[in-house]
Amino acid sequence: MSATVAMMLALAVGTYAFRLVGPVLYGRVELRPKVRESMSAGAIVLLAALLATGAMTEGGDFAGWARPVGVVVGGVLAWRRAPFVVVVLGAAVTTAVLRAAGAG
Amino acid sequence: MAPLVRDSALVWLASGVVGVSFGAIAVAGGLPVWVPVLMSLIVYAGSAQFSAVGVLLAGGGPVAAAATGLLLNTRTAAFSLAVADVIGGRGRLARFLGAHLVTDETVAFTLAQTDPVRRRAAFWVNGLGLFAAWNTGVLAGALAGSALGDTAAYGLDAAFPAVLVALVLPALREDAGIRQAAVLGAAVALAVTPAVPAGVPVLLALAGLLVYGRKRATA
Repeated sequence: MSATVAMMLALAVGTYAFRLVGPVLYGRVELRPKVRESMSAGAIVLLAALLATGAMTEGGDFAGWARPVGVVVGGVLAWRRAPFVVVVLGAAVTTAVLRAAGAG
Repeated sequence: MAPLVRDSALVWLASGVVGVSFGAIAVAGGLPVWVPVLMSLIVYAGSAQFSAVGVLLAGGGPVAAAATGLLLNTRTAAFSLAVADVIGGRGRLARFLGAHLVTDETVAFTLAQTDPVRRRAAFWVNGLGLFAAWNTGVLAGALAGSALGDTAAYGLDAAFPAVLVALVLPALREDAGIRQAAVLGAAVALAVTPAVPAGVPVLLALAGLLVYGRKRATA
């Protein structure tokens, strides 16, 4: 069990160190506006990649059709400026219905 | 404030349900109740926790489990930079507490707000609520075993990408440079996913920023 505790602590400390990068650097390092702009663009790029891989893949393989179709339905709703709740529930319900109907 | 709480509440609920399944999977796999519960409090990163416990239960060993989780969480460094202005300037306690609340969803909620005051509110309201929901869910799941069954049946795995779509779309709609960078980055991430360890595809997506930088330089 001590190995499991060590694993959790290593993961917790390392993750927290990653999370401290921004707050610790803030105010200490003067960033040029251009760099700052790229950083917030970078966060959007990361989130977009997370949603793409999260929608399409599971454990390195294709996630099956039910999930990406649900996310696309959510995307269309978002594009048409539907409320947030409608977007998220639209995606989940679509995927759940497709699964219930036998799609992967 | 009301729309923020309403939209966040949906994400809290979904995360709570996924937390229940994390707690249940960990305990069903043979880990004692306190392991998923403590892990959720001190690591507080859903995908990394699922991966680390998955590696552990598959017999991969603690070193591989920690390495997998850490690789997945490298992105939180970039996210903490993106919200540094929200948590950075507010005294030491807020800084150290805020850092722990940096997650995909909370950062997406924060960046979706336009003015600084709303950003700050979004970060703390969404972040503290998500922390409470996730950990409550994990505790419930660990105590109850597998009471909720398979969360895939509810389509929850589609809900989380959809949350990000809803929050990121305004930025993509507004700025053609970011849009191109995001599309390229997502394509890179998808292309390399079968070939590289989990966590790496998203990092490689940052290559999309190369077109963003070049656009700005020539504009």
